[in-house]
Formats: sequence, structure tokens, C-alpha cells
Amino acid sequence: METLWRLIQDPNMQWIFLSCTLLGLSSGVIGCFSYLRKQSLMGDTLAHAALPGICIAFMLTGTKSLLFFLLGAGAAGLVATFGIGWITRNSRIKHDAAMGIVLSSFFGFGIVLLTIIQHGEYGNQSGLDKFLFGQAAAMVGSDVLTMSIVSLSLIAVCTLFFKQFKLVSFDPGFARGLGYPVALIEQLLMFLMVVAVVVGIQAVGVVLVAALIITPAVSARYWTDKLGFMVVISGVFGALSGGIGTIISSLGSNLPTGPLTVLAATALFLISILFGPRRGLLAKRMLRLKVARSIDEEQGHKERQLEGGATL
Amino acid sequence: MKNHLKTAAPLTIEGLSVAYQKKPVLRGVSFSIEEGELIGVIGPNGAGKSTLMKAALGLIPRLSGEVLIYGKPYRQQRRLIGYVPQRESVDWDFPTNALDVVMMGRYGHLGLFGRPGAKERRLAMECLAKVGMADFATRQISQLSGGQQQRVFLARALVQDAKLYFMDEPFAGVDAATEKAIITLLQELKRQGKTVIVVHHDLATVEEYFDSVLLLNVELQAYGKTEQVFTQQMLQQTYGGRLAFLERGGNARLAVTKG
Repeated sequence: METLWRLIQDPNMQWIFLSCTLLGLSSGVIGCFSYLRKQSLMGDTLAHAALPGICIAFMLTGTKSLLFFLLGAGAAGLVATFGIGWITRNSRIKHDAAMGIVLSSFFGFGIVLLTIIQHGEYGNQSGLDKFLFGQAAAMVGSDVLTMSIVSLSLIAVCTLFFKQFKLVSFDPGFARGLGYPVALIEQLLMFLMVVAVVVGIQAVGVVLVAALIITPAVSARYWTDKLGFMVVISGVFGALSGGIGTIISSLGSNLPTGPLTVLAATALFLISILFGPRRGLLAKRMLRLKVARSIDEEQGHKERQLEGGATL
Repeated sequence: MKNHLKTAAPLTIEGLSVAYQKKPVLRGVSFSIEEGELIGVIGPNGAGKSTLMKAALGLIPRLSGEVLIYGKPYRQQRRLIGYVPQRESVDWDFPTNALDVVMMGRYGHLGLFGRPGAKERRLAMECLAKVGMADFATRQISQLSGGQQQRVFLARALVQDAKLYFMDEPFAGVDAATEKAIITLLQELKRQGKTVIVVHHDLATVEEYFDSVLLLNVELQAYGKTEQVFTQQMLQQTYGGRLAFLERGGNARLAVTKG
């Protein structure tokens, strides 16, 4: 308990805690829309595709600035999504297989670039390999500030365009009929996902960042049948995961924040799938028992009536 | 402006062609419909009935041709149009309830950042009541039956308060009660002077339901008043050899056989 108190008072720790929480919050919010649009794996593809983008951004600028990484990752994500679209349009390959091809080839290319950077004449390259699994503890004040601004703007955009995002996620055809620029809205959602992925990479890493987009959203779905609530719950779950991950990792030495954050999200998911009202496994089991009992009772009642009739 | 609305037909299509990849789905379709009618779009599977509707609504790109809604391009007339897509076109496990889906019909009337409020709620409740679904307003949509889901979609189109309605197979896979609710509603819309175009599959009910019929099989086969166009000869032409006529109790009944 005392160590926990000391940690809470540590300003460095506060920064990391704040940024991980905000990161979880924003990925949770944007994740809801990608989950409902059946694009969960797109987050994973974008994350893996971001690696070569980040490496190229570093090779060109020679600095580890979040802004350039964002640009690089965004460009790479754009190329990846176009690649997936091109493959599905021009071949018999289905969307999931196309994502698999693009994801792995981009990641492979990213690893090659990463190795070149590490063995090349780039100064200040230390820490770039941390992008694979993330290193929250390495974040500095300016990173935290950028992450906070990005996360908050992401949430603001989702709030402002909630109506549009909702309709496009539920029924894009009808949205188009109303005159909504559906393609533009879908691109905006995709862009927000790229942003969430890129700010998440530094804390959680390329390999695991998709978990923060998928898991809180899936967990939140177990607790509500309203999109508004789902987005809020998902955001809270994401924030909780980030917070819990940071605290646990700071309690021991050599405990990585990113993976712990993902594990915290998974724990929340397990709780949700078990105890979610109505949709949870326990609630379903209870309901089945209740229905079975009421049918039994009805049946017994009828039989008693029949027996009564027979004796008369 | 008012005058213009009166003179121009609700929907005029000139030389419309649409293709998916290389395969033409619609070829050179031209027709113009009259205001205040119930119009059935009839044709075999793959005849391009839904495509005709989507192309008219600007949901899919067209190769050539022109679509005019009350004499103007679709873009300028969006608010005059209500649309009921096929029920299977959405995931009904979406986290929302019936009332909420109906309120989506008002989104076109709200501004960029406008949010549905008390007025939208009231309008949506009225339309849910019209389709006999008022008691299901707060029901999660995945817990509705197919017929009830169809009625929710219908209510969402009603709340759009349009003049011209497009309905893509509203009668597909619904129970008798829903079918009756839908047809009562269509007649109510007609009484209000609205025009409704319906993609329809059940040939047995065509004469009962529709004022005019559009027979389609990639190309337009015929368009006109039901009693003139909905004939054995025209249907044979539209469906090819896949149509069987069953005589029963003096009434000629129609059935499509697999072919």
C-alpha cells in the first residue's frame, strides 16, 4: 500500500498513468464503431502496417517525433487499406485473406527496415525497437501532451458526429439515401482508427495495440443494448485497462506496461462474458433454468388436472 | 415551384443502364410513373429489380441514363424520398431499439450536429403506432421477429415524411399479420396522395395490391396499368419459360417454377 502511495505521488508515474488511461479511453471509443462495422481486424492491419511507416518517417527525419510517426503510420495505413481494396476488387481473394496478406507483408517490411536502422548509421535510434511491444515508461512529457490532445480530439470528433457514425455503422445504404457522404464518413472513421493505433503504439506496441481497439468494445457490448452507453462503457473499460496496466507494471520491476494493459482488458472481457446481464453466459444459463422450471411447473399442473379429472 | 411539382412525374428514368463488373444488370430502361399510385416492380431473380431501385436512389453508380425525381436530379430532391431497404441489408444485432431505428428516418432533417430530441421521438412514436409497433418501441431490435423488423423499417420510412417511397421487397418473409399491416399502410399512403414503388415477388397478390405494374428482366418488358400489363402473355415474356399457370376454381393462379 505504501509503495502504491509513493507511486501515485511520483510525477513521472502520473504522466504515464494519465496517457495510458487516455489512450485506453480513445481506443475504446473508436473501437466500438469498428467492431460494429465488422472491421475489428482492420485495427490490427493498420497497426502492423504502421511499422514500416514509422521506420521510414524515422529514416527521413532522423527524429523520434510523434507527429512524424503519425504521418508515416497514417500514410502506410492508407497504402495498406488501398492495397486491401485493390486485391479484393481485382481478384477472387476475399477481404480477410487480403488483410492477412497485406498485414504480414507490411509487418515483414517493417522488421527489415527496423533491422537496417539498428545496424545502420542512424544516430539516436535506440528505443525504436520498443515499438514492437511498446514502452510506456519511455514516454516523456511532450509525448504525453501530444497523446492527450490527440485522444481528447478523437473523443470530441466521435461526440460531434455520433449521429452520423451510428447511422453509417448500422445502415450505410439508408445513410446514403439520406444524402450522407458515406464514403467520407467511413474514411473519417478509418482515419480516427489510424490515429488511435498510432498513439497507442508507443505505449502498447504494434503487435498488441489492436487488442485495445477490439477488446473493450466487445466487452462493452455485453453490458448494454444502446450504442451511446456502449461507447461510454467501452471507453471506461479501455481507460481502466490502461490505468490498471500502468499501476501493476509499476508495482514490480521488469513488468511491461503494454502487455499488462492488454491483459487487464482481457480480464475485463472475461468478467463481461461471464456476468454481463442478459448476454453473459451466467445470465443465459439462469434464464434457461428459469424457463425450464416454468415449463415443468405448467406441465405438472396440467398432469395434476388430468389426474384429478380421471379420478372423478 | 408548387406548379412545377404538380406537372413533373414523381419519377422519370431515361435510358438507364447499370453493370456490376462487366455484366449488365439493367439495359436501356426508360419509364415515367404517375403520382399517387402503388406501383409493383415484378420480374425473376436477377432481373435487376433492386438494382433499379438503388440506381434511382443514387446508391450505386450507373453506366448511363438519367433519373429525375419530380423533374429534378435526385440530389436536389432527397427530402421527397423515403426508402425501405431489404431487411437483410443490416445487422439486427446492432445495439439499438425500435424507436431509435425509426428516429434515424429524421436524421436527414437534422443539421450537421443536430441531435434527435422530443420532436423526433414524438414523430417516431406516431409512425411506430401506424405500423402497429407502439408496444415494441423500447425493444432491442434483435428481439423482434422478421415481420416486426420489417415494420420498424417501414416506420422509419414513414417518419421521413416523403412524397415518393421506394420499398425493396417489404413483403419478403413476413407473416400474414405483417403483410396485412403493410398493405393497409400502402393504401393509406396512396390516400394521402403519395407514390409508392414496391419490389414484389408474390405474383398471386399483384392484381390486388398494385395500380400499375413494371415488368423487368434486365430490360424493361412493360409498364402500365395492372389490368393491361399483368397478362399471361406479358408474364411469359418476362419470366421466359419459368412460369406455370395453375387453374384453380376458375381463377388463374400463377406460380414460378424453378428453371
